[in-house]
Amino acid sequence: MTQSFRLENVGLINRDKKLSFKFNGKTYYGYEGDTLASALIANGIHLIGRSFKYHRPRGFFGAGVDEPYAIVQLFRNGETEPNIKATEQELFDGLEATSVNCWPSVNFDIGAINNFLKIFLPAGFYYKTFMWPKSFWYKVYEPFIRKAAGLGVASTKHDKEKYEHKYEYCDLLIAGSGPSGLASAYAAAKNGARVILAEDKSRFGGTLLTSEVNIGNKSGKEWAEGIIAELREMPNVTVKNRSQVFGYYDHNMLVMSERISDHLPKTKKFHPKQKLWYIRAKEVLISSGSIERPIVFGNNDTPGVMLSSAAKEYLKVYGVLVGRNPLVFTNNDSGYETAIEFKKNGIDPIILDTRKNPQSEIVDEAKNLGINIKFSHVVVAAQGYKKVKSADIAMISDDKEQIGAVESIKCDCICVSGFWTPTIHLASQSGNKTKFNEDIDAFVPGVSKQNETTLGAANGSYNLDETLKSSFETGYELSKKITKKDNKISFPNIVEKKSTKHDKFWCVPLPKGKNYKRFLDFQNDVAVSDIEIALKEGYRSIEHVKRYTTLGMATDQGKTSNLNGLQLVSNIENKVVPAIGHTTFRPPYSPVSIGAIVGREVGKNSKPTRRSPMHSWHEKNNAVFVDAGVWLRPRYYKQGDENLFEGSKREAKNVRTNVGVCDVTTLGKIDIKGPDAAELLNRVYTNAWLKLPVGKARYGVMLREDGIVMDDGTTTRISENHYHMTTTTAQAANVLSHLEYYLQLVWPELNVNVVSTTEQWAGAAIAGPKSRDLLQKLFPNSDVSNVGLPFMGYMEADLFGIKARIFRISFSGELAYEVNVESDNGNFMWEKIIEVGQEFKIQPYGTEALSTLRIEMGHVAGSELDGRTIPYDNSLEGLVSKKKDFIGKRSLTRDAFTAEDRHKVVGVVPLDKKTSIPEGSHLVKDSNAPLPNPKLGYISASCWSVEYDNPFSLAILKDGKNMIGEKLFVMSPLKNKVIPVEIVSSHYVDPKGERVRS
Amino acid sequence: MLHIKCPHCGMRSQNEFSYGGDASVKRPELNKEISDQDWDNFVYNRKSLRGKHWELWQHLSGCRQWIKVERDTATHEIFDTLKANEEIS
Ligand SMILES: [Zn+2]
Repeated sequence: MTQSFRLENVGLINRDKKLSFKFNGKTYYGYEGDTLASALIANGIHLIGRSFKYHRPRGFFGAGVDEPYAIVQLFRNGETEPNIKATEQELFDGLEATSVNCWPSVNFDIGAINNFLKIFLPAGFYYKTFMWPKSFWYKVYEPFIRKAAGLGVASTKHDKEKYEHKYEYCDLLIAGSGPSGLASAYAAAKNGARVILAEDKSRFGGTLLTSEVNIGNKSGKEWAEGIIAELREMPNVTVKNRSQVFGYYDHNMLVMSERISDHLPKTKKFHPKQKLWYIRAKEVLISSGSIERPIVFGNNDTPGVMLSSAAKEYLKVYGVLVGRNPLVFTNNDSGYETAIEFKKNGIDPIILDTRKNPQSEIVDEAKNLGINIKFSHVVVAAQGYKKVKSADIAMISDDKEQIGAVESIKCDCICVSGFWTPTIHLASQSGNKTKFNEDIDAFVPGVSKQNETTLGAANGSYNLDETLKSSFETGYELSKKITKKDNKISFPNIVEKKSTKHDKFWCVPLPKGKNYKRFLDFQNDVAVSDIEIALKEGYRSIEHVKRYTTLGMATDQGKTSNLNGLQLVSNIENKVVPAIGHTTFRPPYSPVSIGAIVGREVGKNSKPTRRSPMHSWHEKNNAVFVDAGVWLRPRYYKQGDENLFEGSKREAKNVRTNVGVCDVTTLGKIDIKGPDAAELLNRVYTNAWLKLPVGKARYGVMLREDGIVMDDGTTTRISENHYHMTTTTAQAANVLSHLEYYLQLVWPELNVNVVSTTEQWAGAAIAGPKSRDLLQKLFPNSDVSNVGLPFMGYMEADLFGIKARIFRISFSGELAYEVNVESDNGNFMWEKIIEVGQEFKIQPYGTEALSTLRIEMGHVAGSELDGRTIPYDNSLEGLVSKKKDFIGKRSLTRDAFTAEDRHKVVGVVPLDKKTSIPEGSHLVKDSNAPLPNPKLGYISASCWSVEYDNPFSLAILKDGKNMIGEKLFVMSPLKNKVIPVEIVSSHYVDPKGERVRS
Repeated sequence: MLHIKCPHCGMRSQNEFSYGGDASVKRPELNKEISDQDWDNFVYNRKSLRGKHWELWQHLSGCRQWIKVERDTATHEIFDTLKANEEIS
């Protein structure tokens, strides 16, 4: 294929580098510097896809971010990405793209039948058509809509690209590198400010690349290149292309997505594909320019109808003709600039101007060039199906209400200019209440909400001299405020052609007897008639009209449709546009990839992973790990082929008969120091703490102020004013914050300091009848007898030359100890315990065995202390002091908490002593009762009791204590199980607690 | 993301902080009789104000200090921040 629409010697592309690419399976060529859109147009391709609702043929409408049509599925380096705008995607060698939204192919599309059935698809058609019957939704409607409509298919594979996040601070962030962006950046940078200049496109300069102006005796493009080159050399300036500032958030934080590798065939090694910048700026300059508005006329969605500014950009930047027989339809001078460019390149355009007799330098130039201009003329309708073939044109009356005789003229494209709409998205996101500017028929930013200033075309200024002057001034003034410097640069001389006023004309009336579709929203197929129906049906608020018709709700967020939609509503409602108001602009300005938003927090990096110092030993010894919050803990140590059930049973059994060792490093540890430490504990815990002697540990329960159990654990008095608190793994961080809250805000008079020492200590629980014998061998110089180290005793001892703390506390219900050493010595301690323990048949045990041991002992844990229970519910009433006050005590006297029949912790055993009870099952009186079967309680934790060799569970049961001995049913609809059970005491093993004291 | 001035550390991003609710709530004194109504008000009842509001934040990933922040709940504007031991004037 030859690039038959490519001009010679025009454009900014690199003709030395020819690139090959595929579109819908066919190979084409383009040049480095092309976009996929410009390369396709160069090859004469104008049919890109099908529209969302009616599946009408779609071509190109714009040349950048505003593009509503040309959306493709991109294939790059083995990955695929949907919803890519061909107008934004830079061409690279080997690029592959396909049309979306057409099935089976772009040329023959089955969904186009919708176009002939459009009577069924009026405004609100989703609401009206697909609601009933309800059962049809999943089976019929949704699959159909998904197949027929959509903007591509997301990959189901893991994305192998990397995305990064960056946090940055600056004095001035400038969004957009057109004339106002360059001038303000230059002035601020020269005055010493730290500047970030962001440009969405690959080339800097904005409209300077395509306009015929002269700045300081240079062309606009040369001036822009000079400024950029100078800025790049300055250490206080960051200049970024392919970088879109897409969101303005609170406190002057803006987010920018930098497309680092999307324009390359393959991401370079160690490079991310995209980078998301979180920028906190002292001042923000919005120089995001304007987007040309279409004029609404019949069949205005036909491929070949496009924005006049886009046609000019394709010509001047890419050297590409969008047609050889162009018609320019305009209500202002901008259309003439496009026509003049055509003429200069040997093409004869026709201009249709809605104005009667405009007088300006640009109009004169067009006249002098001999361009055929028809004043007071409009395009009534485009003709042609897959590409414009001709246009029906007519004279229009001065009042713009009547059109004259319709005449057909040949053309292969229609370049439309309905004047300009400032890109005010960022200002609006900042909270700026925008205002309507009658001169330009569009909204512009009003009073700044945050530290934002909008410049140039984005602010409704279309005079280059004025724009540059105010931008230099603003850059200088704002930088002066921050840097306190006073380096003012001199102002260049500007030459530009004078233009005259635009015509407030935006929609061509229908000729008599014709019913052409006149589209407002080109991506969502919303036509003038849809808005009319919505208003007829009683929708008034623009927000409702938008949602009902889906106007402006496509991925282009109505960049080309919003204002015309407002104009229509205001015309029908006989109101002015500002009275209608506009819909809210929300970030992102244009779609951002999920990868960029997520950054590096994927897979195992989606949360931090904490490992104990003994982790490598566990790994070497076949530990199967389980996530415990962010910690990785051994669940069991696999021997041979055994599964979790067999392994954990073996480990738990060994604790009951010999001795086991468990890594308890993950328990929260808080060091508490100060003369008032005992007083703090006494207020935080429900039991009494003032008389705990040095060298003793005590179990404690702490409540929230609402009386609910917050956490439990043991605290040991290390010395006179020094305590060591342990918390559950899950609550460690919350308990520390809780203590800090009371110490800093509620009782600042208490002289206490708290600090987390979780990571400073490695912990090993040694449990089982032989644990004392093992301990004696580990600490031969210490008296660890029942007298020397009684239950709840504490001592410091020497473990083969390293300092260790020994706590005689038990979670398993067996005779047990916890040994702590400094983290660096954790592995040494662990290996010594295993080595010396061999003669006592020691085995390590994981969290599953740990749970089994605590469940059959009836020790409550997280599944019972679940944020809904009070101490009494958990049989912890013995720990609740009647004498002293503590956090949450007053709540315990509330009626609900003192009710006799509250749910309480009990034990549950299946009558057959065989059937395992699923956790989360419900307890009911009668398994055959009609639904909903009254629920008496639920199973909180289940295990296989190694003591009795049968299943055992804990449950939270209504009036639990009085239910002991009753026969009930466990029902699990999820597991389809009904199990007859007996309610027993939660303390199933060693109810008197003799073992721990032995 | 808010930008909060920690009185101890300076301007920091919101993701270093955790929210702690209404700063004007005073915990009733220990060991003192209190009516059910007053206790309920302390534990449960909060005004959900629109506008200027003093609230508690903890600089969790920083100095770990609880601080008082005067913020407009509708606009997120922050007017002032105080240390835990400084009284709201
Ligand atoms: Zn701080």
